[in-house]
Amino acid sequence: MPHGATWQVDMRLAGEDGLEIILGGRWCIDGNLPAGTVLLDALNERIRGIRFSSAALAEWDSGLLTFVAGVVKLCGARGVAVDAKGLPQGVQRLLAMALAVPEQKVALSSATAQGLLAQVGRATIESFRGLPQMLQFLGEITLSFTRLIVGRAHFRRGDLWREIEQAGPRALPIVFVISFLVGLILAYLGADQLRMVGAQIYIADLVAIGMVREIGALMTGIIVAGRTGAAFAAQLGTMQVNDEIDAFKTLGISSIDFLVLPRMLALMLMVPLLTLYAGFVGMLAGMVVSATIFDIGVVEYYTEILRALEPKHFLVGLSKGTVYGAMIAFAGCLRGMQCGRSAESVGQAATSAVVTGILLITITASIMTIVYYRLGI
Amino acid sequence: MTNAPPNADTPYIEVRDLAMAYGDFVVQHDLNFVVNKGDIFVVMGGNGCGKTTLMRALVGLQQPATGSVFYGGEDFWNAAPEARQRLKRRLGILFQGGALWSSMTIAENVALPLSEYTGLAQARIDELVSFKLALVGLAGFEEFYPAELSGGMKKRAALARAMALDPDILVIDEPSSGLDPLTARRLDELIVELRDGLGTTIVVVTHELASILSIGDNSIYLDAESHTMIATGNPQDALKSGDPRVRHFLTRGAT
Repeated sequence: MPHGATWQVDMRLAGEDGLEIILGGRWCIDGNLPAGTVLLDALNERIRGIRFSSAALAEWDSGLLTFVAGVVKLCGARGVAVDAKGLPQGVQRLLAMALAVPEQKVALSSATAQGLLAQVGRATIESFRGLPQMLQFLGEITLSFTRLIVGRAHFRRGDLWREIEQAGPRALPIVFVISFLVGLILAYLGADQLRMVGAQIYIADLVAIGMVREIGALMTGIIVAGRTGAAFAAQLGTMQVNDEIDAFKTLGISSIDFLVLPRMLALMLMVPLLTLYAGFVGMLAGMVVSATIFDIGVVEYYTEILRALEPKHFLVGLSKGTVYGAMIAFAGCLRGMQCGRSAESVGQAATSAVVTGILLITITASIMTIVYYRLGI
Repeated sequence: MTNAPPNADTPYIEVRDLAMAYGDFVVQHDLNFVVNKGDIFVVMGGNGCGKTTLMRALVGLQQPATGSVFYGGEDFWNAAPEARQRLKRRLGILFQGGALWSSMTIAENVALPLSEYTGLAQARIDELVSFKLALVGLAGFEEFYPAELSGGMKKRAALARAMALDPDILVIDEPSSGLDPLTARRLDELIVELRDGLGTTIVVVTHELASILSIGDNSIYLDAESHTMIATGNPQDALKSGDPRVRHFLTRGAT
């Protein structure tokens, strides 16, 4: 092995109870260095002190320091004295600096190891703790809407238009693609089942009613939750990080009126409109599939849709869209306002906004479907 | 006597038995001090001593664990919401990073407090906004967005917003953080000018020695070890004959 290409360490007894560590070669972090524990075998009960010799040392960096620090720690635990004088000047200085401040025993709340049971318990308590916050936020938004109705809520009209533009027109392409494909899937699904009873014309009913009543709103809701709900959380979260929300508070301007209200309104207006659009696109996909694959005439399909669709189907779809819009905006704004003060928490807020948004959509979708069924709508 | 009527003896701002905590961790306790009208009052102390937390308690952003803040004898934290709102409107706050609303232009930032609270005509508001921006040396930057400004310009724009409603009291968190020495000094001079010109009482939270010694009329020192204040008074006096720990701080550890 050529000298200087790799590290060397030798140990030699020095006197009655001493150990000399002879370092040589190249001690750099990329050199696959040994840990300080290589001394373990040599450190028997008789050894009371160690010293270093580094005459043959060619090159060193932090790698040598961590080795020496490891040795010092090992010796400290066994009450063995360490004499650093044989080390290069620079190593001695840096070692003294590193050892000057004793290790702090700071309790990191997140670092404490917990059993599975404790973790589950803690998570459960946390999730219930979130509920009062959610209800408080809901209350604040309700008050804000009351102020809006009596004309005392202040926000900038420009903000509302900007949110409407972002949430509505800009979502048209993605809503088109998803709805078209879902309409296509529905048509194929229906065709397969209805062929058995020779009633393929009812593909039109299935796609039209399915898209207008349920699927259009659901798909739009999920798209908007991922697009706009996450954006809301990220915007408000960043404002939280930059003290912008605090700046509203100290001026006595309600951040709910100013930031949350226009976003709620924008989604409550735009999601139903997107739902309507999704419904029409879905029906169009159904028509394309019926005409090209299953030999159903376009006029036939169109007449069947006109017969099947009643105004109540549109009302159901639009009402669901409105409620989903409110849920998405609620989740996005809630998570944004709850955001902590770091870049990481902005990311968490956005993630959590999408999860909460989709969860709320699914819950309200189920409730509304059952209620409408009971009401016979 | 939580709501004593103001008279000649009533302190302008008084902090009484204030303690602030995050959960079980007490940041500062037993804070008692008075800020005189028209003073530049410096809250100083090392990193992590609770300066910003104190500032948040002063302006109503963080509920103290015990004690309260009195403005003209009026208890801020135990006041009814309307009264607290009225007290808040007497305060202007300059946050450490400026906290300008990023979706609005500089002019809109300064205009918002005016349009929310004054009911002035738009033309009059525009005039006031231009004047306030000119005051901080940002005439002509009305249509810029905060992201398009340098750090020092953001601070000055935020100062213009904090001064929008001509507050009686201006609270400034770390005015010189992130600024080069010359820009920091110009901002200090601007703060003194505003006090001299408008008679605004100014509370500055800072650890910048040059600022403390050049603009502070009065001060408190928050100690990070004992978690309480250990000195009050003029920073220059503190430098000459104050508590050794404060002298140690004010001389960068030279004494």
